[in-house]
Amino acid sequence: MAQTVVGGKKKKRNHMLVMAALIVIFIAYMFPFVMVVINSLKQKRDIIKSPFSWLFTIKGLSFDNFVKAFNQMDFLNAFKNSMLVTVSATALVTVLAAMLAYYIVRHKNWISNMMFALMVASMIIPFQAIMIPLVSIYGGTLNILNHRITLIFMHTGFSMAMSVFMFHGFINGNIPIALEEAAYIDGCTHSQTFFKIVFPLLKPIISTMVILNALAFWNDFLLPSLVLTDKKLLTLPLSTYSFYGTYSADYGTIMAGLLLCVIPILILYVALQKQIINGVVSGAVK
Amino acid sequence: MKSQSNGKDFCMFALPGLFCFLAVVIVPFLYGVYLTMTDWNGVSQVKNFVGFQNFAGVVRDAQFWSSLVLTFKYVIFVVIIVNVMAFGIAYLLTRGLKGQNFFRAGFFTPNLIGGIVLGYIWQFVFSRVFVSIGDSTGWGVFEASWLSDPTKAFIALVMVSVWQLSGYMILIYVAGFMGLSEDVMEAASIDGASGWVKMKNIILPLMMSSVTICLFLTLSRAFMVYDVNLSLTAGAPYGTTEMAAMHVYEKAFTSRQFGVGQAEALILFIITACISGIQVYLTKKKEVEA
Repeated sequence: MAQTVVGGKKKKRNHMLVMAALIVIFIAYMFPFVMVVINSLKQKRDIIKSPFSWLFTIKGLSFDNFVKAFNQMDFLNAFKNSMLVTVSATALVTVLAAMLAYYIVRHKNWISNMMFALMVASMIIPFQAIMIPLVSIYGGTLNILNHRITLIFMHTGFSMAMSVFMFHGFINGNIPIALEEAAYIDGCTHSQTFFKIVFPLLKPIISTMVILNALAFWNDFLLPSLVLTDKKLLTLPLSTYSFYGTYSADYGTIMAGLLLCVIPILILYVALQKQIINGVVSGAVK
Repeated sequence: MKSQSNGKDFCMFALPGLFCFLAVVIVPFLYGVYLTMTDWNGVSQVKNFVGFQNFAGVVRDAQFWSSLVLTFKYVIFVVIIVNVMAFGIAYLLTRGLKGQNFFRAGFFTPNLIGGIVLGYIWQFVFSRVFVSIGDSTGWGVFEASWLSDPTKAFIALVMVSVWQLSGYMILIYVAGFMGLSEDVMEAASIDGASGWVKMKNIILPLMMSSVTICLFLTLSRAFMVYDVNLSLTAGAPYGTTEMAAMHVYEKAFTSRQFGVGQAEALILFIITACISGIQVYLTKKKEVEA
């Protein structure tokens, strides 16, 4: 009897220790974000005097930095570009990869096998091993860099292998062929069967892939930086980069600009937290 | 019915996706192999075939080798620290505490933000916040910006990468811990295993599949680090923190030696592929079924 009480107390103390450790680590983790938020509201001389000074101790607290950053980064335009590229590339890769994976699963022949093997093998090639010839082909020979369409096309191509792999696994394990046979008997064509019967059933894997791909496209820097140079077309990471290069000494404005870039994702994260975390985990574990 | 419509089906379902994939991944990859044997400078129309001269150029490029050594050092530190930390935090997070989901979501936040923005955030922290701590406390470590000293800038780079990557690995380890069977844990406790023994003999072997994934992901990401490298240090001071991926970029697009750059990229790719291959083979062997 006495022992259980001691055990209980020990357990409780352990819990508190664990909690304390977690809170300390968590605060250290969040520290950079806190610094950005605080300093985005201050003026340059206050920042230089002390980046720590809390909001209420300083005089020059204002949202001026945000207005300035918003205009100087051409935020709306960059946001629109990022949105356009991310949404179209995500939609495109989702539909095309699902179709391709469906074909591979339902047609067991040498072409399917070869395509699938090639895609799986290609997944280990890092982008850096392709970027130089990519620029050489699309910039030199075809001369079609500096178009959003080109970037969308490339994003689609680069995420194709991984997406097909994921869809392949899902269709293989979860979509009974009897369903499709029933549809054929009822007079559906192949494409009707796919879009009306199979595609809606892929919803769980679609939401995983949309999250993974959209996050990757939205945050990508290296590929867009090679494709887009026209100021009008820059996506958010690119415009952050050029904005930082120009105003790097103007700390307050920079912090406001960085915060502006982060806010849209954070809003989405708060809204879709569960789906995003589940998507990322199942994407990695596969 | 099948064989008749096979060709049409192929064009409709497989071709569009296949075309994107081939045009963006396979064709450039093969063309890249060819590029390593030419002296193309990125502008001129003529590419002369030079055989293996570019690989000789790679051998002579001392900066490439020093960036490769640095990358190795970086990868070792990042992979070990990220996985140990993530494993530990995930372990704490699955002790049945309140607010577990909140912590997990919070730790993952850096992963949602692009490396460029993260690097800039930390640049501010290192060059202003830490220096200001140094000024007010007199601590020598923080006296000057870490980013202006080669060793400390390297440490800074490792720190930021650990901070960025560990949230993701925490998610995977948490999923692994939650998948551990209660029965097995209880059986172990009844048999008298506790603390360290339980961790080493029961938990760790059962967690090996998560370890395989996390090591693979951290390895491949760390080898290819670019965004954070560019925004945090940009190779400064004096190119001492330039990682291999960044060196490849500079070689091709700044020095305009595309052939040598591509040869270096291929070498980097082969090294990474071999090391991750060995890692997956080794850790997979250690995986057990409960």
